[in-house]
Amino acid sequence: MKSPRTVAIAGLAAFAMVGALAACSAGGASDSGKTELRVATFPPGADEAAYTAFAEQEKQFEKEHPDIDIIGVEYEWEGPTFAVQLAGGSLPDVFTVPFTDSKTLLENGQLMDVTDEIDELGYTDKFNPIILDAVKDGDRIYGFPRQAYAMGLHYNRTLFEQAGLDPDTPPTTWDEIREAAKTISEKTGKAGFMEMTQNNTGGWQLTAATAARGGSIQEDNGDGTYTSTIANDATKAHLQYLHDLRWEDNSLGSNFLLDWGTINQEFAAGNIGMYSSGSDVYTALVRDFSLNPDDYGLTVVPVEDGGGTLGGGDIAVVSPTVDDETKAAAVTWIDWYYMQKLLDEDAAVLDAKTLAESDQAVGTPVLPVLDRETYEESLTWIEPYINVPRDQMTPFIEGVWDQTPVGEPKGKTQEIYALLDTVVQAVLTEENADIDALLEQADADAQALLDE
Amino acid sequence: MTLTAKPPAAPPSGGDDVPPAASAPPRRRRGIRSWVRGGGLSTLVFLAPMLIVFTVFSWSPIVQSMIMSLQKTNLLDPPTWVGLDNFVHVLNDPLLGTAVVNTVYFALLALLFGFPLPIFVAVLMSEVRRAKGFYSALAYLPVVVPPVVAVLLWKVFYDASPTGLFNTILGWVGIPPQPWLQSSATAMPSLVLEATWAAAGGAIIIYLAALLSVPPELYDAAEVDGATIWQKVWNVTLPQLRGILFIMLILQVIATAQVFLEPYLFTGGGPNNATVTILLLIYRYAFQNSLGGDYGEATALSVMLAIVLALLSWLYFKLTERWSTS
Repeated sequence: MKSPRTVAIAGLAAFAMVGALAACSAGGASDSGKTELRVATFPPGADEAAYTAFAEQEKQFEKEHPDIDIIGVEYEWEGPTFAVQLAGGSLPDVFTVPFTDSKTLLENGQLMDVTDEIDELGYTDKFNPIILDAVKDGDRIYGFPRQAYAMGLHYNRTLFEQAGLDPDTPPTTWDEIREAAKTISEKTGKAGFMEMTQNNTGGWQLTAATAARGGSIQEDNGDGTYTSTIANDATKAHLQYLHDLRWEDNSLGSNFLLDWGTINQEFAAGNIGMYSSGSDVYTALVRDFSLNPDDYGLTVVPVEDGGGTLGGGDIAVVSPTVDDETKAAAVTWIDWYYMQKLLDEDAAVLDAKTLAESDQAVGTPVLPVLDRETYEESLTWIEPYINVPRDQMTPFIEGVWDQTPVGEPKGKTQEIYALLDTVVQAVLTEENADIDALLEQADADAQALLDE
Repeated sequence: MTLTAKPPAAPPSGGDDVPPAASAPPRRRRGIRSWVRGGGLSTLVFLAPMLIVFTVFSWSPIVQSMIMSLQKTNLLDPPTWVGLDNFVHVLNDPLLGTAVVNTVYFALLALLFGFPLPIFVAVLMSEVRRAKGFYSALAYLPVVVPPVVAVLLWKVFYDASPTGLFNTILGWVGIPPQPWLQSSATAMPSLVLEATWAAAGGAIIIYLAALLSVPPELYDAAEVDGATIWQKVWNVTLPQLRGILFIMLILQVIATAQVFLEPYLFTGGGPNNATVTILLLIYRYAFQNSLGGDYGEATALSVMLAIVLALLSWLYFKLTERWSTS
């Protein structure tokens, strides 16, 4: 062991080790002197054209802002991995989060305060106040609401035709949906209707159906406390409805473990006749799941007993860990990339043209985050570039303004959605499921969560 | 037939045949200089990389997670000490009981199907005279398939529609389509079936290697005594393998108690919480229950699981000490 050669090798090994460890902690400072800004792009798996379009937009932005270097980062909002990405520093500097999660993120101090920047840009008062409320804590604002949606009923026009149904007159009541689902199942062998059940989406959709049937799963007491009202008639009616479709009609297919991604995949593959989800999902269906646009149809979810359509959306936010320089660059990007196309004709046209040239969806129906007039005016600006089949979405586009938008519950939203997943799964997988008992239990569990 | 003879009793301490401790020559205390001169420094330098790697990547996270189990943290703000609150909260979670029962159920099913199967296959394969390598490769193949790919593959097999692969095969013999993953009753056995398929290859290779060490004269002697093939397996093979069997059993218990991949990827814990396991619950605490992540509660449950497994292993080795060869 004492030979100088041995000692030299050992020393070299230790030196290499320390060097490797030191290299692990080295940062990625920009060599060009520009501010590097890592921004969220698309979920992994998006088609190449999406990246082409983004590269073009990146070039346009960098031309206007030569001091900022945009780095696109693949990104998909996932509650489970968000906190770890944030703590581990792998989260982009600019990313989007759903409205439902913004309150929790605010409480956790995981969003950057951008009140002064939004004031300076001058559009604080232009936002729909109900939507802006999702990103406010007191009078401070923590993000830019950039897109909102209402719940829509997505249907497969081809399966409708194969089942002998008219795809231009989709169902308008829950009973008609049931009838259509039964016909599709019998005639085509595919699932006539399907509901998400996993990763909190079962709870999300049950809450949406409850709202559509005039109920609510939670009451806001206005003093920061909430009362669970899960065991209500509307929720019970919808669970009974799902139970009947599953066990009496056998029109829900055979897979009862679907979430947002997998139900989109199944729908795009032509295995589902109808399902309810956000009205803006068309872009993802075509871009990420290769849906044939000819198959697609969109209408409103039926509302009854004074119910409304559950709305949602997402906000563009800045990571709370960035320095002032990066924060300024981030706000510049958000304004350019997300907001100006809603406000300014030139920006809207440039954005639509760039997307259309790369075969990306332009004109997907959304709810305006600003006001309806501005939104409808923006549609006239980009009309030549609209490439989504809006005529196949007419029932939704015309019907949605007659429906009252309903916000998602605010207290422990995702945790309560997770509880309701189990209830929906139980109804779909156990013929003798006791709906009353399931709802009573979920109600008690939800209240315990709300009282924490 | 007993499995093994009792080991000879240990001599009583301080007996006549043991020299008293005081009579041993006093050990010379070595100074730092002599330690360096004896090559201690270069030993340390050689050891350093490994020590650093273990400290940074293995021991430090263990200590950190133990500390974290007593804290509330969102990984951004400074953590606050909450004492044993995380443990109390986890123990009061109504889902914990379900997760424990499900995990034990998985472990028992895996033990029932997954433990004897590789032994059986290995014994069969050891009897094969030709193309042994080919059969070994075939048995080991599932282990080579990346676990996520395997699960995706089996998801196709488990398609609950009548046109699903397994259901089509069942249809040939007149059995109606099964819901596989889509029913609380069949979901867990379905996970066990895939897990057994995925892990059996590794165990088979280990048993095959162990079988090679069985002295052939034992079989010759058994044959001379007129033993049948099952008598040879029962009286020669299994007793010779018992050391490895004991180790493989406890390894399997530890592995099945930490099952995560299958329930996470196949069912997400559903339907109706039928496949929620302890590790899936830990994952949910950390990453799903709230966006801040209840890392404290997740680590508290992890610590409890680790303690239970350590106690179980200790108890197992104590109970099997008498029969074990190691």
